[in-house]
Formats: sequence, C-alpha cells, structure tokens
Amino acid sequence: MTATNGTRRAPGADATNGTGRRPLLETRGLSVDFGGLHALDGLDFEVHEGEIVSVIGPNGAGKTTLFNAITATVERSAGDILFEGTSLRGLDPNRVTARGIARTFQNVRLFANMTVLENVMVSQHCRTRQHAFGALFYTPSFRREEAEIRQRAEKVLSFFGSRLVGYRFDQPAFTLSYANRRRLEIARAMATQPKLILLDEPVAGMNPVESAELTGMIGRLRDEWGFAIVVIEHQMDVVREVSDRVVVLDHGTKIAEGDYADVSTDPRVIEAYLGQGTETS
Amino acid sequence: MTATLPPETGAVGGPAETPLAPSRPVMAQDWRRLVRMGAVGAVAQIFIALSNMPVRLDERVVVKPVLSLGYLTLLIVPFAAGYRVGHQIKREGMPQYAAGAHEIAGGAACGALAGGGLSLLAVLLANFDLREPLVNWSPMLAELLAFGDATWFAVVVWLLIGAAIGAVGGILRTLGPRSRRAVVTMALAVAGAAVLEPLVVDLAEGMRLEALTDRLYARRGGVNWTSALGLAAASGVLAVLGRGRIRQARNHIASLEGARRSRANFGLILLTGAALIILPLFAGKLTNELLANVGLFVLLALGLNVVVGLAGILDLGYVAFFAVGSYSAAVLTAATSPRINPEMPWLVALIVVVIITGLVGLFIGAPVIRMRGDYLAIVTLGFGEIIRLIFLSDWLSGWFGGSQGITKIPGAGIFGLTSVAGTDPRRVFYLVLAFCAIAIYVSWRLERSRLGRAWMAVREDETVAEAMGINTVNVKLLAFVVGAILGSFSGAIFSAKVGSVFPNSFLILVSIVILVVVIFGGMGSIVGVIAGSAVLIGVLGGPKQPGLLAEFSEFKLLIYGALLIWMMLARPEGLIPSVRRSRELHQEEMAQDAWLRGQVEDDDGSGAQAAPTP
Repeated sequence: MTATNGTRRAPGADATNGTGRRPLLETRGLSVDFGGLHALDGLDFEVHEGEIVSVIGPNGAGKTTLFNAITATVERSAGDILFEGTSLRGLDPNRVTARGIARTFQNVRLFANMTVLENVMVSQHCRTRQHAFGALFYTPSFRREEAEIRQRAEKVLSFFGSRLVGYRFDQPAFTLSYANRRRLEIARAMATQPKLILLDEPVAGMNPVESAELTGMIGRLRDEWGFAIVVIEHQMDVVREVSDRVVVLDHGTKIAEGDYADVSTDPRVIEAYLGQGTETS
Repeated sequence: MTATLPPETGAVGGPAETPLAPSRPVMAQDWRRLVRMGAVGAVAQIFIALSNMPVRLDERVVVKPVLSLGYLTLLIVPFAAGYRVGHQIKREGMPQYAAGAHEIAGGAACGALAGGGLSLLAVLLANFDLREPLVNWSPMLAELLAFGDATWFAVVVWLLIGAAIGAVGGILRTLGPRSRRAVVTMALAVAGAAVLEPLVVDLAEGMRLEALTDRLYARRGGVNWTSALGLAAASGVLAVLGRGRIRQARNHIASLEGARRSRANFGLILLTGAALIILPLFAGKLTNELLANVGLFVLLALGLNVVVGLAGILDLGYVAFFAVGSYSAAVLTAATSPRINPEMPWLVALIVVVIITGLVGLFIGAPVIRMRGDYLAIVTLGFGEIIRLIFLSDWLSGWFGGSQGITKIPGAGIFGLTSVAGTDPRRVFYLVLAFCAIAIYVSWRLERSRLGRAWMAVREDETVAEAMGINTVNVKLLAFVVGAILGSFSGAIFSAKVGSVFPNSFLILVSIVILVVVIFGGMGSIVGVIAGSAVLIGVLGGPKQPGLLAEFSEFKLLIYGALLIWMMLARPEGLIPSVRRSRELHQEEMAQDAWLRGQVEDDDGSGAQAAPTP
C-alpha cells in the first residue's frame, strides 16, 4: 500500500477503524526535501478524532520530519496538511499550536530554568489574553486569568499522580529526573489545550516500569482528556499496547498501515527494519 | 579589591564534613602546580606594574602611612597566589588533608615566585630602556619598586614581601571557618572604610560628625593606621560574635512562605526606600551626584535587564535608546534646539519621548528580532552606532546640532513645583529614584505575568516557545520596546541633569558598560542589577562619571574586564542571582523519592543555599 504522489483518496476511506468521519488531521501528498534528500515523499496520512496512531520506521525514515512538517517547524516542499478540514498552509508554528496541535520533542526540550509550574503555565499562552496593561495595573481580569492559568496548570500536572505536584511545582525543570522531564513535556503539550498531541518517542530512555506506566497514560490521555494522539515509538511493546493503528514509514514513504498484528508480520516492514539480505518469506 | 579574593572563602562550611587526613609534610609540595601558579602570579605582577597602576594609584592612600592603593594592587597578587596554591581539589575517594605548615610553606614559595616577577622587573628596569614600546617603563616605577633604594634592595625586598604575603595566604588556609570569616571581615572592613572614604566624609559632614571622620581618616586621605587597627579589631570581634547571623537571617527570610515572605520583603523594601529618601538629605553634592549617576545606570540596566535578562535578546546597542531619549527630551524642552523648539514642560515632553523611543524600539526591533544569537548581537551593535552617527551627521545637524550637540537644556520641571537640574544633584537623585521605583515596579510586575513567562520561554528555547503557541516575534518586540522606554527615562533625566547632549556621550562603550553591569549583577535579577550598578558605577565609575575610586578611572576598563572574567569563572550567575537561578540549585533529585514515601525532608535547608558572597 505504498502511497504514491497524486493518488488522492476520499477522506477516511482507507482508515482501518472503518468510520466514515472526516479525519481530524490529514496530509495529502506531503513532501519535505532537504536539499536533494526527500525526507518525506508524497505522504498521505490521517488521524481521526479519538484515535491513537503509532508511527514507526527505521532511523531516518522521516518520522520526526512528519511531526516537524505538521507543526510548521520545517517548510513543506509539496502537498498539503488539513486540520479539521482546513489547510495549515502558511501558518507559523505558534498559529498551528493555537489551532489545536501540540507536540513533545524527541530530545526533551523543556524550559530548563523555569519552574515545573511555569513550564505548564507558559504553554497556555495562546489560550489566554492578558497583556502588559493588566499585569502593570494588576486588574481584576488579570488576577482572574492568572488564577485560572495556575489552576489549569495544577490540574494538568496532577494527571501524573504525585510526581510533579506539591513542592515540585516550584522546582526548576532542570532538577527533574529524566522520566519526569518526559512527563513534564507531555504536561506542557496538554496545557496548550490541543485536539491532537504528537508524542515523539515518549518513553525513550525510561526503564521498563516507567515506560509501562506511561503507556497506560497515553491511553488515559485519549479516554479522559479526549485527545487524538500520534506516537512515534521504537519500543514495540508500547506500540502494541497503545495503538489503534500503526503506520510504518521508510525513506519518507508509507510502506504499511494497519493494526499492530498485520503490520508486524508484513514482509516489507520486516525488510525495512532488517535490511534486504534477510529473506523472511 | 574585595573582588580579587579567591572564591573559596564563601564556600566555607559546606555540608560534607569528611574526616581530614593529617597535614602533609612541608616538602611534599605539588611543585609543578606551585611553579605554574607562581609564574602566573609573576606575569600578573609585571603586567600590573607596567600598566602603570601602582604609580598612578600611589596617591590614593588606603591605610596611612603604610599602604597605598598602588602597592595594594601589587600585594594582592602574591596573596591570591599563596592562597590559591593551598587549595585542595575535592575528589571522590581521595583523602582530604588538614591544612598546616605544608600550606604555609607552599604559599610562601608561590608568593615568593610571584613577588620574584617584580624583582625581575626591577633588574630589567635598571639595565634596559624599553620606554619605546612600553610607555610606563619609567624611572618612577623603578623608584616605587625599590622604595627609593638601590636595585638589589628591590630584588630582595620583593622576594621577601612576596613570600611573606604568600605565607599569609597559606595561613588563611589553615584557619578554621570561623576565624577565617573573622579575618575576611576585618580585611573587608578596612578596605570598605578606605573605599567609601569620600562618601563617609561627605555624609559625616552633613550629619555634623566631622569629629568621627577626623579620627578615622588622615588629613590627606587614607584610614589612619591606628583607627585601621581599631576598625579591624572591632569588626573581627563582631564577626566572631555574629557567627554568620546575617547568613542565618537571610536563610530565614528565604525559607519564609507565602504571606510572611511577602511581608518580610515589603518591610525590607520599605526600609531601603526610607533610607534612600532620608540619606541624601544629609549628603553633600558629591554623594548625591554619585547616587544620581548610579541611579541613571540602574535605570538603564533595569531596561537592558528586561531585554537581555528576561527575554534573552543580547542587545549590544542599548545605548541607542538612551541617546534617543536624551535627544528627544533635549529637542522638546530646550529653547536652543536648532529646528524645532516647542519648549515643552519636561513631564509633557517625557510622554512624547516615551512614544518616540517606543517607536524607535519597534523600528529597530522589527528587522533585528528575526535574527538569533550572534547575528542579532552584531546587528544591534550596528544599530547602536547608526543612531549615534545620525545625531552626529551634518545632514541632520539642523535638527540635532551635529557635533555641537544641543546645549542649555532647562532642568526638568515637575508640575511647575521644582526644577531639577544638574546644579542640585539631590533633586536629580530624587527624580532618578522615582523613576527607578517605576522601573523596578514594571520589571517586577511584568516578570510575574503571562508576558514575562513568555519572555523567559523565548530565552530558554525559542523554537520550543514558538511550538508552545507563543508568538515569539511579538513577544520579543515587546521586550525591546519595554527596554527602550525604560532606557529613555534615563536619557530624559540625563539631558536635564547635564544640561547638554552631545553625540559623544553615547559611545558604544556605554552599551558595553550597561551590559557588564547586568551580567556582573546577575541577569534577570532586579536586586542584582542594582547591586551591580552600585559596585561598578558607584565604586569604579561609569564611562564618563567618576566613582568612589576616582583614581581608577584610567584603568576602569581593565578592571571591568578582570572582574567580568573572574565573575564568569567563580560565579557565573552574577553577584546577586535571581531567585530562579539560585533556587534549589543543590536540591537532590533523590528528595523526590523520600517525599513520595511521605517523609518530610527537614534537614535540607543547610545544603540548599548557593554559595554566598564573602
């Protein structure tokens, strides 16, 4: 089911969950070139509301580039991205976030010198309005909004149990353990009040216990908060656990799509991961 | 001089107290390290001597009649070398040795090597004439080095002095933390009394306490040696009795929570404010002038702090906004400004000045802000110069007077009540104080708002900030504009104070000095920025303003540079870092697990403090 340039399918037609709804996010023939390298090559990809999609593929397959293209941090060279039916073309990253797409980063990128709470508060920026005037004159609306921001931040942080609350609120992010940093990144994404969260290797570097715990949380993110989620992940047990659907990328194109059981036995996938020399069929 | 003390003095009494191994034998020195340190000291000595600092600063007496500032600059080096060489690097699993004769001997040897630099210089001075490239290669220097005696005397005496002073540094190592604190306090008390001499004399005159200062200071400057001894003894006793009570009090305030903390802070601010309002009443012209200058730089530094410290935009052309503020205030208020002279009242003009500077901030910021890091710094540097050259240009001399500048600017009238001009520095200071209060309030409020958080996010990671929904361009522009407006306040007061503006008052040096103040004081920290201005501008002096150590003016930049390097090595977060940067710096991640198990960490306070200043 290699995606080819120009074949435009009806929205949602080949979605494996079989609903006829319009997808929340849809890329059509998305290409990203770095010089002569086609990081993404005519990719068609969609995510439906309330769905958890895993994107897997060998290193350099274009997984993170896909995220970067969706969030407008890299320029696309061709194709289009539709979010809730409207194009994201020409939007700055901050506008994309305002439209309802949040992401985390593969190499954790927190605001290291800001506190845990501030990290989550600042990411509500695009959902809040108060400006210098309110701050200077300490207006009632400023105070109300600050209280709301704080409340929301605390609520988001309490999602992770007792790990990021209490005295942790006022600790700078750089004092956190690696796993907690990953959690805080997710909290920060949640605080932008998105419809879709893109998680870039959320359990990388975590120990098995932590990663199992986070796997459960990804499910809860969808069930309790109603986010649609795209996960890039290398750990196959996590992928198996969380995904409704798995998309396999290689060399910037989609080489397989379906539920985990189908994809994991697909000869093209095995070839992409293990190389051509290994004949499995 | 206080700043050249090695940083370890502050870190006394760290939490980990492993038992010490007995002192090493005297000859078991790390000779390589000792010789290297001594050689560095010797080179530093020669450099200082040839920078002409000793000769020029010989006039300023520190302790009458034994020590002048000139000799002090030379003596500090063997001391630092001797102290430094006794430093043991703490290594996991390696024994820590008790300090003893080993350290004293090492310090003496290292100090002698450092002093030997001057011996060498004395010999060279006597036998060669290198006056051509080295302008300070003078007989005066030779005479100073030899105490007016023969060359061989200089050779011997500097070796001995170096050894003695280096040994003192070594002895300081052998002292326990408490006595070391006492010694440091004594030294600081005498040095402080000497440095603050003009200020103290001036204040004492205002308070009619001349009798006191006559006793303390010699007639032609310097602390009397008898009163120096008394002062040292008194401060030593106080230090022993106090036993770090100040630090305890500070920790106590820092540990307060919520309402009590803010009440304590409010009390402190009130006290400081009251002192700043009352003190100038007793001070003479000199002190008020000094305070006003410091205040002007506090204003500038607070403005730059918003740009650099909060939003992380390295602006090397900040002087542009100072210049625009000064010039627009001058044009609007002075009757003598060439083309337009509306002769507005100062306060009305100020509103226009703020608008103009805000627009200039937008205008400069718009192209600059899209760049990052080094490129941004270079471009701002360029804009800083462009603004100055515009004011200097013949093309616009019809408006701004070109190199003639604008003169006869009237003082700043406040509601027709008073006029604030440079002739009355006390009023200038009060005016500056009022605007500093505004600037502090603005920085304080903005830092704790949605906008301030966005600035910090941009500073931490611009790409991520944008991905988190922050419009980085707008937010950075706003930081630029707020910084510009705060700088324009300073400019408007400056032109009214001085009474004239010239393009030459707005050299690139001003930008650099303001930036150094911000970095030295502590980026992003309001208190730090104020402390930085007080130390750098108040003591050493601004680009054109003399400080307490007016004799330093010639070597100001050298000392700025040295201070900055020392600061980056020893205390990169600045003199008084923002709470954010020092908070919980030593907090262990392990504490989390303890907390999760329901244990309250109570013995955490002692180790959690960042090393305070000596």
